[in-house]
Amino acid sequence: MSANHASLSSSIRQDPWWARAIMILLAIGFLTWLVLIPVVFVFVSAWSNGASSYVASLLEDEETRSSILLTLMVAPVAVVLNVLFGLAAAWAIARFRFRGRAIVIAMIDLPFAVSPVVAGLSLLLIFGQNGFLGPWLHERGWQVVFAFPGILLATCFVTLPFVARELIPLMESIGDEEELAAVSLGASPFQMFWRVTVPNIKWGILYGAILCNARAMGEFGAVSVVSGRIPGETETMPLRVERLFQDYDSPGSFAVASVLTLLALVTLGIKIALERQTRADLARHQRMADQGESA
Amino acid sequence: MLRRARTALPGFRLSLGVTIFYLAVLVLIPLGACIIKAASLPFDRFWAAVSSDRAQAAYIFTLVSSFVAAIASTLIGSLIAWVLVRYEFPLKRVFDSIVDIPFALPTAVAGLVYSSLYAENGWLGQFLVPLGIKAAYTRLAVVLVLTFIGFPFVVRAIQPVLEDLDKDMEEAAFMLGANRWQIAFRVLLPSLLPAMMTGFALAFARGLGEYGSVVFVSGNMPFKTEIAPVLIVSRLESFEYAEATAIAVVLLSISMSMLVLINLLERWSSRHVG
Repeated sequence: MSANHASLSSSIRQDPWWARAIMILLAIGFLTWLVLIPVVFVFVSAWSNGASSYVASLLEDEETRSSILLTLMVAPVAVVLNVLFGLAAAWAIARFRFRGRAIVIAMIDLPFAVSPVVAGLSLLLIFGQNGFLGPWLHERGWQVVFAFPGILLATCFVTLPFVARELIPLMESIGDEEELAAVSLGASPFQMFWRVTVPNIKWGILYGAILCNARAMGEFGAVSVVSGRIPGETETMPLRVERLFQDYDSPGSFAVASVLTLLALVTLGIKIALERQTRADLARHQRMADQGESA
Repeated sequence: MLRRARTALPGFRLSLGVTIFYLAVLVLIPLGACIIKAASLPFDRFWAAVSSDRAQAAYIFTLVSSFVAAIASTLIGSLIAWVLVRYEFPLKRVFDSIVDIPFALPTAVAGLVYSSLYAENGWLGQFLVPLGIKAAYTRLAVVLVLTFIGFPFVVRAIQPVLEDLDKDMEEAAFMLGANRWQIAFRVLLPSLLPAMMTGFALAFARGLGEYGSVVFVSGNMPFKTEIAPVLIVSRLESFEYAEATAIAVVLLSISMSMLVLINLLERWSSRHVG
């Protein structure tokens, strides 16, 4: 009976071979057309003039070099700020019930929905020369817009949800029993946080940080509005790609683009490894829980 | 003061304080400033900026190209999700990871590549342009690059629902004499519809705000291939802050309504699964 059942189930759920073949080929075809060809094209175009010219267009062009440095400075700071925010937001939202909680959650999602250009414009309206805080900042000689702080604010805005959205469901699914136990056994808040909370969510933090970093390095619209796009000063790598493209320096543009693409691929590699790690962790947790029950 | 339910855990005030401060500085105050600035404009000036012919053309082009791209993303994304969940084939896991590339790839890179691939002498353009298909600096180019950005949202929205689908339902339908098409349209499609619509809405919302990739591929011709975010930037570059802000508020209210819609859809979708 059960064998019959299995064959029945597989015969309904298994489509005829030709239908499977057509659909698999179509799916692979779409992925190749939309994603694979473009990614291969980046590297082929970047290396089309040989390796030495590739290295030269990355390292010998002073403005390209400074754009790489700027991106390498902005992204880590944005990641650190968003990790701190993500930890605070996840602790407040996953561990407490309070009035206005749903509104705070919706606010965290907002940067995903708002156009980066609108985000950049909004920051200009606050911190720009004619902005609400502009004159006050100008008096004190603090340059926010068209400078590093503005680029950082814009990057933080667009990457704000990544860590928080990763940690909130994770901490909710872990539950607060271990933390309550730690507190009732006399742990200080600091001990509880470092010995119980952080070890439980460390892979989640890393996962969120990796996604946040990828987006931070690649952000274009918001940064383009607030940075003023001054070559050699406030141009990040994605902005440099556009500048070189507009100047008809196609190999240079693709060289910078290839570095960004490589970063994206490395990000995905780490992401896959982390997902495997969390799955293994969860399985071990489950096994330990099962053993505890049977003992 | 926000009131909370009692628990022994520490750090409520600190963590909520940090959260609200960060949200206020980065999100609430700037977006609020945008709305206040637009509201402080004399109404006829606001209306003139928002409803100029060029702005109207930009809204319509933004909405139509995002909508068409979201439809294409839903079709392509559903097919890919189906194949990845239901069938076995070589390199399946590699193709599954490839779906995430558009999430991770900077939009400027996507724009650069798409504009070069479909140019007259590009890899794909050299075959397509003689056939009359011009996918660089046209409306088609915008739809194409928005589809690239949108389809992973659909795949990732449908995949978990498809994996959790109760096979008993399909078997019951088969036992009751349903044929393959009836199972597909009467059993599978209704269960997948909420997830498909969520994916569609996510792709559509992303397309409405997209700037980095479109600015490369569209040619940015006013009245033809200019999207609303590009119009905002072009107003900013000519120092027309008030006009830029007025258009930004229109775009912002569309994004906010999409966010509400997506939340409703996700709630509906999770009710269907659970």
